[in-house]
Amino acid sequence: MGLTVLLLAVGLYLGLFIAPVDYQQGESYRIMFIHVPAAWMSMFIYVSMAGAGAIGLVWNSKLSEVFASACAPIGASFTFLALVTGSLWGKPMWGAWWAWDARLTSELILFFLYIGYMALQASIDDPKRAARASAILALVGVVNIPIIHFSVEWWNTLHQPASVSKIGKPSIHPSMLAPLLLMAIGFTTYFVAVALMRMRNEILEREKHTTWVVQVLESKP
Amino acid sequence: MPSLLKATGCLLRRDLTVALRRSTDVLTPLIFFIIVVSLFPLGLGPEPSVLRTIAPGVIWVAALLATMLSLNRLFANDYADGTLEQMLLSPHPLTALVLTKVISHWMLTGLPLVLISPLLALQLNLPAAAMKTLTLSLLLGTPVLSLLGAVGAALTLGLRGGGVLVSLLVLPLYTPVLIFGAGSVAGTIAGIDIEAHFSLLAAFLTLALSFAPWATAAALRISLD
Repeated sequence: MGLTVLLLAVGLYLGLFIAPVDYQQGESYRIMFIHVPAAWMSMFIYVSMAGAGAIGLVWNSKLSEVFASACAPIGASFTFLALVTGSLWGKPMWGAWWAWDARLTSELILFFLYIGYMALQASIDDPKRAARASAILALVGVVNIPIIHFSVEWWNTLHQPASVSKIGKPSIHPSMLAPLLLMAIGFTTYFVAVALMRMRNEILEREKHTTWVVQVLESKP
Repeated sequence: MPSLLKATGCLLRRDLTVALRRSTDVLTPLIFFIIVVSLFPLGLGPEPSVLRTIAPGVIWVAALLATMLSLNRLFANDYADGTLEQMLLSPHPLTALVLTKVISHWMLTGLPLVLISPLLALQLNLPAAAMKTLTLSLLLGTPVLSLLGAVGAALTLGLRGGGVLVSLLVLPLYTPVLIFGAGSVAGTIAGIDIEAHFSLLAAFLTLALSFAPWATAAALRISLD
């Protein structure tokens, strides 16, 4: 875990302090290094959550259930981060905090899906039932995400003139791509680290009546 | 043992009879739909051109909300009196029984919404061509709403705060239907060809028809575990 934190620190350092030297379009592009990986992670985590949920449903494995439930809050935070950084970026670039851009909108709906998932999980007391019910929800959601995304994209082109077209994106130089990828790896390791921590907690909580948990807790004052 | 067709027929007849004996249950979502749509002119002012631009969205969003409100009726009563448990024990595939229940739910909520929608279209000053599109798009879209809603209703069966929870689960999933349903009506007003909208709505219906009953059946099994 120390290693993953270190990786993240290196990624952040490279992204925030080394990379922006290269920019022509102002300092606010810096936020891209957080925004883009966060948006990637938000989708990646949802898919892995649904995958883990499916494994849990089919093979009845406890560990994947624990993993799926550990994923949800992390994924929701990444989605939230992507939304916030997106709107912070949009203010100087588009002149508005929020535009009904296709990607922003589908990211927002993804956020709602995460919240629904967590709300369902929180309202079922039995952890087994909670895991299975929310796995079904995640699977339904994962089928719907592409549909929602493309609908929103269509809707956007149908309803809006080109006024909110993206400011011409510069082709990515290797010097920008490297910190971007490093940040993405850093976020992934962060996700793995936090997911493992959450899983450890949940396993301890689920098994709190067993003797080995008592032994573990007693050995660590 | 009765055949599958006979069993589903019986279930459909029973659901309709039960609902009609308690007709306020059927009427409440419909009245809600009418009231919500009628509130918008009060909030926005009676300008006919404004009403015409917002009408597709308003009617579609109101239809979404009305369907959502009626979702807890889908399984809750059967769950409370144990009928649902008997359905799970029956030798027939649960997916078919679930589909039957969804069909009866649609006949009791979706269909009335479709039938009343031309009246609301008149109220909001929609042109005649758009009125036809509205009715047709609702006819294609409301079954999807019932099918997807059934998944949410099954997942939240017997939970505390189930009603609000259903809205959290189901409303994000409704967005594609809303986009293309309302989009088709707006397209008619603007004079755009709307065949693509209808094709997509029909595609959603086919998709939901093939996957949603399955997911609902799985969710019911978990909820009644």
